[in-house]
Amino acid sequence: MGYRVLMLVLVLLSNQIWAGPAIQSWTTEKGARVLFVSAPELPMLDLRVVFDGGSAREAIPGAAALTSALLEEGAGDWDADEIARRLDSVGAKMSVDSQRDMAWLTVRTLTEKRALTVTLDTVAQVLGAPGFDPVAFERNRKAMLVSLNHDEQSPGTVAQKTFMHTLFGDHPYASQVEGTQESLERITREDVIAHYKKFYVAQNAVIAIVGAVEQPEAARLAELVTAGLQSGERAPELPPVSDLQTSRTLNLPFPSSQSHILMGQPGMHRGDPDYFVLYVGNHILGGSGLVSQLSEEVREKRGLSYSVYSYFSPMRRNGPFLIGAQTQNAKAGEALEVIRQTLARFIEQGPSEAELTAAKQNITGGFPLRIASNSKILEHIAMLGFYDLPLDYLDTFVDKVNSVTGEQIRDAFKRRIKPDQLLTVVVGNEQQAN
Amino acid sequence: MEHNMRLLLSAALLLLSSSASAESVLADIKVHETRLDNGMKVIVKEDHRAPIMVSQVWYKVGASYEPDGITGISHVLEHMMFKGTQSHAPGEFSRIIAANGGTENAFTGRDYTAYFQTMSSDRLAISLELEADRMRNLTLPAEEFAKEVEVVKEERRLRTEDKPTGQTYEQFAALAYRSLPYANPVIGWMNDLDNMQVEDLADWYRLWYAPNNAILVVVGDVVPEEVFRLARQYFGPLKQEPVPVLKPLREPPQKGEIRSLVRIPANEPYLVMGYKTPVVTTAEKDWEPYALEMLVAILDGGNSARFSKNLVRGSEVALSASAEYNAFTRLPGMLMLDGTPAKGRSIAELEGALREEIARLRTDLVAEEELDRVRTQVIASKVFELDSVFYQAMEIGMLETIGLDWRLLDQYVEKLKQVTPEQVRAVAQRYLQDDNLTVTQLDPQPMENGKQVRRSAGGRHGG
Repeated sequence: MGYRVLMLVLVLLSNQIWAGPAIQSWTTEKGARVLFVSAPELPMLDLRVVFDGGSAREAIPGAAALTSALLEEGAGDWDADEIARRLDSVGAKMSVDSQRDMAWLTVRTLTEKRALTVTLDTVAQVLGAPGFDPVAFERNRKAMLVSLNHDEQSPGTVAQKTFMHTLFGDHPYASQVEGTQESLERITREDVIAHYKKFYVAQNAVIAIVGAVEQPEAARLAELVTAGLQSGERAPELPPVSDLQTSRTLNLPFPSSQSHILMGQPGMHRGDPDYFVLYVGNHILGGSGLVSQLSEEVREKRGLSYSVYSYFSPMRRNGPFLIGAQTQNAKAGEALEVIRQTLARFIEQGPSEAELTAAKQNITGGFPLRIASNSKILEHIAMLGFYDLPLDYLDTFVDKVNSVTGEQIRDAFKRRIKPDQLLTVVVGNEQQAN
Repeated sequence: MEHNMRLLLSAALLLLSSSASAESVLADIKVHETRLDNGMKVIVKEDHRAPIMVSQVWYKVGASYEPDGITGISHVLEHMMFKGTQSHAPGEFSRIIAANGGTENAFTGRDYTAYFQTMSSDRLAISLELEADRMRNLTLPAEEFAKEVEVVKEERRLRTEDKPTGQTYEQFAALAYRSLPYANPVIGWMNDLDNMQVEDLADWYRLWYAPNNAILVVVGDVVPEEVFRLARQYFGPLKQEPVPVLKPLREPPQKGEIRSLVRIPANEPYLVMGYKTPVVTTAEKDWEPYALEMLVAILDGGNSARFSKNLVRGSEVALSASAEYNAFTRLPGMLMLDGTPAKGRSIAELEGALREEIARLRTDLVAEEELDRVRTQVIASKVFELDSVFYQAMEIGMLETIGLDWRLLDQYVEKLKQVTPEQVRAVAQRYLQDDNLTVTQLDPQPMENGKQVRRSAGGRHGG
C-alpha cells in the first residue's frame, strides 16, 4: 500500500512549480533595508526589526540581552506600564530578544486603523527613544542573575552553554548570550546605552514586514519605525571562526538521572558554498526527526534517547554543527559510542541513493509548509535580509535541493566534518554510569 | 519628533482600505461537519491561503481515562502507533509521510490522544489511508514495545525527573486531586512504566481505538466534500465498536488548604498554587467558566496585566508570575498560579503577594478598562490564530474530544464580552478561597553538582 502511494506522489511532484512569496525590497531614508511581503488575507501585520547587535557585538557579556530587555521598559515620555498598556489596549503582541548575531524586535498587530497607529507609534518610540530607566536596568540585571541560577539547575542548558562557550574559544561568538555571574555583577547602564548607540542604528538594521497593507503603506511604516534611529553605520565584519585543532571531551558532573550529550564542531555560515549539500546531508544524518540515521540507531534500534538530532546552525560566520541526545546515566557510554559510529559511517559512506531520494522528497515536497503562514514568511525574509541572501532564495530553494548528489554530500562531509576535531560535552552523573 | 511620526502614520492610513475588520473576518469562518455511518465525526475548516493542510485524528482517550497501575498507557500507546500494522512495518508510516513532504507527530493529554500530519493539500488521501490503517490494524510487536517503553522513560527523565519545576508540579497535582485522575501525570508514574506489558497496550488499544471514538479534523486548502468522500473511503469500512462509558467523576469539596514542599537539588525556589474550579462541561452557571477566563486574563493577560504591572514591576517581588485556567476540560480543574521570587525576595513574600492579588479580586470590582482590554486582546488573538492551520485544528479537536461542540468557538468571544465586573468578583468569592487552595513550594536543596564524584578507572562500557 505504501509503495503505491509513493508512486502516485512522484508523478504529482514533477508537475509542480515552486515559488516563494513575492518579496519587495528597498532601503529607508536612513539606510535600513526593508523586505516586504503583502499578505492581504488576514487583517493583521507582522513586523520585525533586526539589528546586527547580538552578543557577538557586545563589550561585556549580557549587554546585548539587557539592551533588548530594556526596550520595553520605557521610551520617550512613556514608562513600562504605559508601553504595555498601549500595546495591550489594541491587542498587539510585541517581543524583543537577542542571540549571537541578531538582536530583534517583533510585533504583531491588527491592521484596523487604531490598532496599527497605536502599535507602530509605540514601536517607533521604543526603538528610537528608549529611556534605559535605572530602576528597570537594575531589576532586569538582577532577573538575569536569577535566570543564570535557573540555567544551572538544568543539565541540558548547562551542556548547551558549555558547548557553545568552549566551541567558539576566543571568537566573539563565545560571549555568553545570557551574561555571566561575573559580568552581570559589573555591567552598568552605560554599557547598555553604548551598545544601543552603536548597533541600534538604521544602517545596521533590516526590517521585515508581512501583512495586509500595500507597498506604499509598508514603506511609510518602515520610515516610521526607523525615524528615531540614527543613521549610523553597519557593524564591522566579524572575524572567521577557527576550527578546533584536536578533539576534546568535557565531562561535567551533575545530580541528574540522565546524561546530556552534545558533540560537534564549527559548521557553516549563511551563504556557504556547501550550504545545500550539507543541509541535505544533515537531513539524512540527524535532521529529519524519527527517520534520520541517528534516530534510527539511537532511538529506534536501541531505545536510548527520547530526542536525538543533528543540525547545522549557519550564522554570519561558521555556526555550530551539533549532535545531541540524552540518556540515563548508565547508558551514556553506549549512546556516545553509537553516535560516534553513526557520524563516522556517514562521513565515510554518505547516504544511500534511496536515503537521498527520500530526503529530497521530504524537503521539496514540504516546501509549501515552509511558507504557509505569515509568521513563517516573516522568519524567512528577516533571515534573508539580515544575511544578505538573494531575494530569489526561496524560488530557487527546491532546485538547489534537487541538484544535490550523494557524491557531493560524501565530499562535503569529508572536507568539513573532522572526527579528530570534535568537541564533546557530557553533563550528567558519572557515578551512576560506572 | 513624536508628533511628526504621528502625522506621517496618519497619512499612511488614508491609503489603507483593503483589509477587512477583525470581527468580520472571524464571522466569515466556514466549518463543515459530517458523521460517517460508523459514528466517526469529520470536521473540515477551509483555509485557502496556502496549498497545505493539516489532518488530525483525535481519540477520546487520555491520561484521565487510565486506572491506577497503568498510568501513562495512553501516551505509551501513542508511541507504539508508529510501530507498525499488518500492512506497514515499524517506522514505515513515518517514512511514507516524510517522503511525501509531510511533517507528523502525535500528542497525548489528559483528555485526548491525537495524531497529525501537515502536508501539501493534495496528499490528504495518503494521510487518511495510513491513519485508518493504524486505527484498527496495529500489531504491537513485543520487541518494539521493549525498546519504546525505554524511550518513554527517557522522555519522563527529561521532562520530569531532572526538572525541578516538573517535579514540583507533579507533587502539586497529586496532592490537589483526591478523586480525579488529573492527579496522575500524563506521562505516567515511573513505577507504572516499569511494570507495563505489551498486553496492557493491546487491551487499551482494543478498548478505545474505534471510529466511533474518534474525530477527524482537517484544516487547510481543501474542499469539504472531497474530504468527506476520502474519509468515507478510508475510515468508512471500519467497524463500529462498543466503547466503555466512564463514570462521572467529581472532586469532593475541599475542606481546607493543602500545603506541601518539594525538597530536591535546585538553585531557585518555585511556587505553584491552585484553586479548584468548574469548567464548561460541569459549571452550574453557564457564565462562570467565562468569568474565570476573564479573571485570569486580568491577572496575566499581557504585560500590562496585574501580575506584570504590580508584582514583576511595581513591588518587584516576582521574577515571573503567571495565572492559568482552562475552561475546556472533560473534568473540573483548577485555576493555577505559579511564580519565582525576584532576587533577594523570599518565596513567602511571593506567595503573600499572589494571595493579596486574589483577595483584591474578592473584594474590589475590576475596572471596565481592564475588561475592555481583555476583550480587545481576545478578538485580536482569534485573528492571529488564523495564521496557523495547526492551531485552528487543535481548537476544534480539543473541544470535540471532551464532548463539546466546535460551535462553542464561535460563541467564545461573545461569551467573554458579556462577562461583568460583578461576575468576576462573584467567581473569585466563590472559588478562590483559602479552603479550596493547594500550595506546593520547591524548597531547593544543595545541587552538589557531584563535584566530589570521581570517575573510576573502569570506564563506562562495562554496563
